[in-house]
Amino acid sequence: MDSRVITAILVVVGVPAILIGYILLTERVVALVPARRQAGVRPWLWLAPGLLMVFAFLVLPTLATFVASLYNKTGKIFFGINNYAYFFSSGDTLIALRNSLIWLVLLTAFVVIGGLLTAVLFDRVRYEVVAKALIFVPLAISFVGAGVIWNFMFDYEPPGTTQIGTLNGILQAFGQGPVAFLQHPLGNSIWLIIVAAWIWTGFAMVILSAALKGISPELLEAARVDGASETQLFRNITLPLLMPTIAVVATTMVITALKAFDVVYVMTNGNYDTDIMALQMYHQLFDFGQPGRASAVAIILVVLIIPMMVINIRRFRIQEAIR
Amino acid sequence: MTAVPVAVKAEVATAPARRPRSGRIFVHVATILIVIAWLLPTLGMLVSSFRPADDVTRTAWWTALSPTARFTTDNYVHVFQQSDLFNAFLNSLFITIPSTIIPVTIAAFAAYAFAWMKFPGRDLLFVTIVGLLVVPLQATILPILNVFGALGVTGSGSIATALPFLGVWLAHTGYGLPFAIYLLRNYMGGLPREVFESASIDGAGPVTAFFRLAIPMSVPALAALVIFQFLFVWNDLFVALMYIGATNGTRLPLTLLLANLTNSHGGGWQYLMAAAFISMALPLVVFFAFQRYFVRGLTGGAVKG
Repeated sequence: MDSRVITAILVVVGVPAILIGYILLTERVVALVPARRQAGVRPWLWLAPGLLMVFAFLVLPTLATFVASLYNKTGKIFFGINNYAYFFSSGDTLIALRNSLIWLVLLTAFVVIGGLLTAVLFDRVRYEVVAKALIFVPLAISFVGAGVIWNFMFDYEPPGTTQIGTLNGILQAFGQGPVAFLQHPLGNSIWLIIVAAWIWTGFAMVILSAALKGISPELLEAARVDGASETQLFRNITLPLLMPTIAVVATTMVITALKAFDVVYVMTNGNYDTDIMALQMYHQLFDFGQPGRASAVAIILVVLIIPMMVINIRRFRIQEAIR
Repeated sequence: MTAVPVAVKAEVATAPARRPRSGRIFVHVATILIVIAWLLPTLGMLVSSFRPADDVTRTAWWTALSPTARFTTDNYVHVFQQSDLFNAFLNSLFITIPSTIIPVTIAAFAAYAFAWMKFPGRDLLFVTIVGLLVVPLQATILPILNVFGALGVTGSGSIATALPFLGVWLAHTGYGLPFAIYLLRNYMGGLPREVFESASIDGAGPVTAFFRLAIPMSVPALAALVIFQFLFVWNDLFVALMYIGATNGTRLPLTLLLANLTNSHGGGWQYLMAAAFISMALPLVVFFAFQRYFVRGLTGGAVKG
């Protein structure tokens, strides 16, 4: 048998056995502690594996990355803010920053509008469940797979030959010249964002759809009886009531846009001025051998995300207060 | 994928015909057009993957919708023979299964402590977990790579030879935990207090209460989390790229293999499309079989699906 199969079986059976064994053992440990202190010790034993892993893989490395961002590429010479100065003065990194900000604005806008549109529209048809599932499917496949699918959509063949890519094929059918979708700067970033929006719209749709169904039908009925049109109904009742949910979707998409990596990596690898922050960091680290600069890019990414973290924590606190 | 705390009231109204189902033709046309537009890219891939190589390069894929079109499974045979696809499929499984089981188990312990034990600093600690939900993984890789390299977990180190995917398992565990703890704690915290109180009066210790009450009662949340984490890891490119590497021959998962094929253009669209579809087959089956759990997992438990 493949040695990996044996390893996998050992891990699948062994690791849970160890973990469950650990929890059973905690009571033995707790029993050793004086009775009045047992309740104080127990929670920490239950939390220990989780906190340890989170600390080792998220907290500590992020701090270490910050330290590394202050050193040169060998990691030995203290560099101060030099790596950050480089980031804000070099053309490549500034393009990545610009594109990430474009992603942030457009992806959020596309997904919120797309999610709202589909949620409201599908709410009015009997085959809503099927329609929603089909819009949601792209989230189940990998972003790499989505990149391959869309590379084919955007495929460009020289003028005069048969266009096999879907979009250029449609253009050709209408007698229009082929467009090199992914090669013209700025426009190409927008096409990549459309790919990401194709993936994420389903997410916004199910959340907004659930919120939509939470709106009291009596409220809408009362407004209808009072003579409000469907448009007025949407603008003055539905939309304001959906606002908190829209805010949730928007913050999620801002974070998604800032962390985006896969789609660009597979489709252009950052060429033709499509680079974004996460990919720029990867290039600095693996292609240019600049761990200090790569760390600075990562820390700037963290700084950009911190406002979203604050918003999430505030929202969580309000949620907990209601509970 | 990003998952963040979502506060949505998801009570699906039960009253039938709660609002007039508008019969206007416009609504149907718009709905159907949107759905077709959404399916079009995937349909192009699926059709192309079954077309002979000659046809794919000479004619647009929708010409294959005509009755005279030829179809073949040669592309699938080709990618299985010519690339390491089957091996990559196994690698993806070996990466995904432990990377799902380990974080969910550890998160269940932590979530139970957060939900049903009292200790100083509990709320602050949990808020920290909520904050960590958004940390970009990019900010963590360099130090982890250094430590993994020094310990021999990555590359050709001794641990990497014995347990080739240990690094990815551990990384996915650490990265997946904040969300897993968040989701399970919210669910477990909502279980009826009386059940745990009466169990405690009957003399059941925390271990018994956890295995006999908390876990069985949390099955919907656990299922959502398992499905979400499974698909997340299966579809992951970034973590695999970092801790396995794009050039690590026989160790590549499907996503990395597919990304490499894309960059080398895979010898033709038809082969790339076949490989892409194989990488999606399992997620699609899982999605359609467990759709409600996946939706619930992805939305942090807010939407009942």
